[in-house]
Amino acid sequence: MIGFLQNIGRTTLAFLAAIGRLSLFTLAAVRWTFLPPYYLRQLGRQMVDIGYFSLPVVGLTTLFSGMVLALQSYTGFARFSAEDTVATVVVLSVTRELGPVLAGLMVAGRIGASMAAEIGTMRVTDQIDALDTLSTRPMQYLVAPRIVAGTVCLPFLVLIGDLIGVFGGYLVGVYRLGFNPSIYLSRTLEYLEISDVTLGLVKAAVFGFLIALMGCYHGYHSGRGAEGVGRATTNAVVSASILILIANYIVTALFFG
Amino acid sequence: MTDQHKDSTPKIVLQGMTKSFGDKQVLRGIDLEVAAEESLAIIGTSGCGKSVTLKCLLGLLRADGGSIRVDGEEMINAGRHQMENMRQRFGMTFQFGALFDSLPIWENVTFRLRQRQHMTRQQARDAAAETITQLGLAAHVIDQYPAELSGGMQKRVALARAIADKPEILLFDEPTSGLDPITGGVIDRLIIDSVNRLGATAVTISHDMASVRRIADKVAMVHNGVIIWCGPASEMDNSGVEEVHQFVHGLADGPLTLAAQAEARRG
Repeated sequence: MIGFLQNIGRTTLAFLAAIGRLSLFTLAAVRWTFLPPYYLRQLGRQMVDIGYFSLPVVGLTTLFSGMVLALQSYTGFARFSAEDTVATVVVLSVTRELGPVLAGLMVAGRIGASMAAEIGTMRVTDQIDALDTLSTRPMQYLVAPRIVAGTVCLPFLVLIGDLIGVFGGYLVGVYRLGFNPSIYLSRTLEYLEISDVTLGLVKAAVFGFLIALMGCYHGYHSGRGAEGVGRATTNAVVSASILILIANYIVTALFFG
Repeated sequence: MTDQHKDSTPKIVLQGMTKSFGDKQVLRGIDLEVAAEESLAIIGTSGCGKSVTLKCLLGLLRADGGSIRVDGEEMINAGRHQMENMRQRFGMTFQFGALFDSLPIWENVTFRLRQRQHMTRQQARDAAAETITQLGLAAHVIDQYPAELSGGMQKRVALARAIADKPEILLFDEPTSGLDPITGGVIDRLIIDSVNRLGATAVTISHDMASVRRIADKVAMVHNGVIIWCGPASEMDNSGVEEVHQFVHGLADGPLTLAAQAEARRG
């Protein structure tokens, strides 16, 4: 019985310690983001990596999601003769939900993993200690540019993903389901409000912050050797994905209210 | 490296320095003095606390207690700015080089120079080329990446990075580990030349006794988290301490057994 209680206590303490460590890391990351020196070259490199090189994966994901959404919503709405709403359903679903969440999850897999692996490898090969010895704060040089790049680039990626997703719905609507192109486009724009797009972009910024934070945090605290880096990479992707889903509800609920 | 040390005030003083990781006490009270322009080698079995000593000295790890003084300035509870200012006086090479994979050699070598003074790209490249040619590397190497270099070349680049902005104190963590004896000898000679040219104080961690004999004025042996012997390198063979004798001569029999080392690591 005592052993069982000890285990519960140990797990609880470890969990609370992890929360504390993450909170301190987040505060430090945000603080150093605003303080000079600014490593603009690092920032540029991260923006290209996150923003530009993630375009194909985000584009393909949203394109096919928009296409599937058009088909599925047509199947559903045809049952009560509401086929005309397909364009509206596609655009609202893509801009408010699917665009940011799918882009977030795909980028979490691609960028979260690569950040954790790169920083984790730097940790286990003493490169982070070397930065300290070379008068460079690792939080400013490694973490801050990634956090800024993630937070800034995700909204742009999602905006482009939204357009591609809506275009996917348009392709299926017009060429597969036989909608009139101009009517489909007017329906797409008719019920779309700025706030729908804004909500998606706010979500994207939050997701971008979380992806970069998790990638940096797990890489920075990576265990030793290849196994430690592997675990850091897995933890970065899993924690970022879960936080994206939780944050998605919270942001939606805030806007909903 | 020098016969006489100019200043009688020690450059580095460690007194009763302790460090624990959880329940495991790695350093139990390290006492060391290094005079200005002196070269100290720290020896000891794997896991005895040599690297932790160096990291505490540099503030990469926070010592739990004791005193760390550099030029008389107490560093044990130093704030971030004080620690950062102090680190600017140090140059360090790591056991596996710790070169930045994503940067070419010239950016690695001039990394700190470029943080501290405004340099054009061309000035930085010229400075890097000058430094690495002093260490026997061809100038064209500056455009290569660390992964394209051999282990010995990486050690030279790491040394070039450490000395590029002429630090007062140089720390070397296993500078010849993983190198063949000839390359190891070359690295030792480069370390001696660099330290003498800069007039720097040097602290080296090494298992390589041939290297220790070449580069050290003074040797300290760490065992179970304390210094069990410290004296001139020339007296290392006649220390009268059983552990030092066994370590220096690489003897399998003696107080330093693998089981004792494992026990010490468990704390």
